[in-house]
Amino acid sequence: MFAFILNRIALLVPIFFGVTLVSFGFIRMLPGDPVVALAGERDMTPERHAEMMAKLGLDKPAWQQYLDYVWNLLHGDFGTSVLTNRPILDEFMELFPATIELGVTAMMLAVVIGVPIGIFAAVKRGTFYDQGIMGLSLVGYSMPIFWWGLLLIILFSGIWGLTPISGRISFLYDVPTVTGFLLIDTLLSGEEGAFASAMHHMILPTIVLGTIPLAIIARQTRSAMLEVLSEDYVRTARAKGLSPLRVYGLHALRNAMITVITVIGLQVGTLMAGAILTETIFSWPGIGKWIIFSVFSRDYYAVQGGLVLIAMIIMAVNLIVDVLYGLINPRILHTSS
Amino acid sequence: MIKTITRAALAISLSVTAATALGADKTLVFCSEGSPGGFNPSLHSAGTDFDASAQPIYNRLTEFEPGTTKVVPGLAESWTVSDDGTVYTFKLRKGVKWHSNKHFTPTRDFNADDILYSFNRQWKEDHPYHSVSGGKYLYFGWMDMGPALKSIDKLDDYTVRFTLNGPDAPFISNLAMDFASILSAEYADKMAAAGTMETVDNSPIGTGPFEFVSYKKDSVIRFNGFKDYWEGAPKIDKLIYAITTDATVRFQKLKAGECHIMPYPNSADLDAMGKDPNINLLSQEGLNVGYLGFNTQKAPFNNKSVRQALSMAIDKQAILDVVFKGAGSAAKNPIPPTMWSYNDKIADYPYDPATAKKLLDAAGVKNLKTDIWAMPVQRPYNPNARRMAELIQADWAKVGVTAEIKSYEWGEYRERIRAGEHETALLGWTGDNGDPDNFMFVLLGCAAAKSNVARWCNEEFDGYLRAAKKTSNQAERTKLYEKAQVVFKQEAPWFTVAHSVQFRPVRKEVKNFKIHPLGSHIFKYVDLQ
Repeated sequence: MFAFILNRIALLVPIFFGVTLVSFGFIRMLPGDPVVALAGERDMTPERHAEMMAKLGLDKPAWQQYLDYVWNLLHGDFGTSVLTNRPILDEFMELFPATIELGVTAMMLAVVIGVPIGIFAAVKRGTFYDQGIMGLSLVGYSMPIFWWGLLLIILFSGIWGLTPISGRISFLYDVPTVTGFLLIDTLLSGEEGAFASAMHHMILPTIVLGTIPLAIIARQTRSAMLEVLSEDYVRTARAKGLSPLRVYGLHALRNAMITVITVIGLQVGTLMAGAILTETIFSWPGIGKWIIFSVFSRDYYAVQGGLVLIAMIIMAVNLIVDVLYGLINPRILHTSS
Repeated sequence: MIKTITRAALAISLSVTAATALGADKTLVFCSEGSPGGFNPSLHSAGTDFDASAQPIYNRLTEFEPGTTKVVPGLAESWTVSDDGTVYTFKLRKGVKWHSNKHFTPTRDFNADDILYSFNRQWKEDHPYHSVSGGKYLYFGWMDMGPALKSIDKLDDYTVRFTLNGPDAPFISNLAMDFASILSAEYADKMAAAGTMETVDNSPIGTGPFEFVSYKKDSVIRFNGFKDYWEGAPKIDKLIYAITTDATVRFQKLKAGECHIMPYPNSADLDAMGKDPNINLLSQEGLNVGYLGFNTQKAPFNNKSVRQALSMAIDKQAILDVVFKGAGSAAKNPIPPTMWSYNDKIADYPYDPATAKKLLDAAGVKNLKTDIWAMPVQRPYNPNARRMAELIQADWAKVGVTAEIKSYEWGEYRERIRAGEHETALLGWTGDNGDPDNFMFVLLGCAAAKSNVARWCNEEFDGYLRAAKKTSNQAERTKLYEKAQVVFKQEAPWFTVAHSVQFRPVRKEVKNFKIHPLGSHIFKYVDLQ
């Protein structure tokens, strides 16, 4: 097991360097630079431009900037934002809990609904239920997040007034930040109604962000289950006279879960992508929105630092998924070590 | 189940509304469009930064009267200008109190030391605070404050003298700009002693109408009304900026009463805003101008009558209808009508393709092939440069002029214009300080001729501008700028397109909110009913 984990970590090293190169290069490939973005239509003499670039450390040759960047990363220094002049890591840590909180609830929604309906569709294969669920999940999967979010806001918040329009909590509550996870912080603060308000604000963003993963998980669970249900051991289990609950819930599901967990692991990336749009629509103070803003203002340091941090998190999640595989299916552990 | 959820949700939303209505405090919620970069307006120079710092928290020596660009006394009670226009002596207001926070409790009122600190920090590279928090004083540089200043002296605690290297009448307007906000020297000293200099910029202390309480990035900024504010405590007890990036979502929040005022609406929503019984849709011409500049150093654009002819060949109204969709007004002068010295007597070139063709023939210009440069970015003064260029291209085709539309990435666009590669190019300007000099001298003066779109240097025009710089008598300056505008129109270095109209939807319960021509959001006189 230990060797297996070490092996996986070793694989992450080249990926890490690949990510630094991509995050460093991409933002610089975009036209413009942070100084031009700050200047707007103001006339900027080449001298003043050069002076400002030098102040930001952007006058050095690209290879040197890259080496500095990697060297600092290896020392835990993610750089300083051009716009706010604050350390990238501080900005990231301030906003990241909001993204996680939303990501986790969205994923919970996707799993809690997606897995059972996937199983249900597989068991009822070919029936009206199966086709209905698969049809709906195709719609969910194809839905543009931006449109879906605005539609829900206009219906639920605008017309019916059931949910708040945006934000993370009502401005009536000024909850002190302890963990950054508002659902926890509101409970800790003991302020009456704060937790309910935070929950209330989560409903729409969770639905919007969870829709695509939900659709994918439902579809993948269905196909994984269908595959497993045709296996011999399931037939044997049935022949033994086990109850359908034991057949599907115990024998089939455990094997189908491998695929499902893979999909959940892969969805972390999708969630990050979805978070960018969801956070923008719902004014959710997370890192998705922050990265977008940093790209627009050509805040090189925020973009390259932020992307590396996100990549590190996705890598960590994938590592955990790999380890989980091993736990669920020991055969994988043996073949790779 | 659904019923229960719905009921719970209803209960919550009702309790929220009720709490807002019954709360003893008057709370004004502004759905701002983004997070500020920081809270020191000399370091962070976007409109979003100024709204969150300069306007609520700080004051300046001089101030703009809300809703206008008229300069009125601020922290300076009065001032005198020497006859040669180079020495400004300010009498400072007494009894102005500073805010306090957990790091700092003031022991003295505002005085001359604070002025010296606030300007020297930006100006002098050896000032201990100069490179704190990144040390990028963009506006100080853009307004050429460094080269303009000779010295700043404290004559006594309540008298400060600014000596300039030459007469510069717009100087007094520059001092009313956000970047010239006054910070506390005592606070700075205390934080320097504690070794936490950046606290000055992150936990701001000012003399303004609202005290900073807290900020959560991308989420909320909270202010409390400052009870000891020198103009009298603001009528609002609490001011909240609910940061909401998407304009459609801002409008939904405004409709639902989750905020009172929103900036920058989508033009597609304006109709619905106008019809909403709970919303007042305020509008005002912005302090900006969008134009097509002719490169006057290239033939045939060095010929005045060609420029006039091409101006007459463009259907301006069509551009206003198609590109601005009603959110723009026709421009005839290089400055907007909200600015003092705007010469309304000037007649614009009519749309007259027949005369245009005659003028071109008379100038011997036949089958002219040229280019129209279109900016790649959206700006208030030009929401869609590409579309605008296409309309101009079609209009010119009717008088026999073939134009090719060119566009480059924004940085490169300006770089190439600066190098004079264009023949005609679209660009625009948004004013900084409400002074006509900030439009005409910056964009059309001979000093700018090497780098600006028209590359135009007209001695008569430039003479008026220089004379206007030298006197601080506004009536005299107005006459000079009016004359300059006459020359400008005759010479036609630009085809002036439009001034954008800025809209601010505001809920009906909000009283005394005025759109500011410079784009700032000012809440010090606002009340709720």
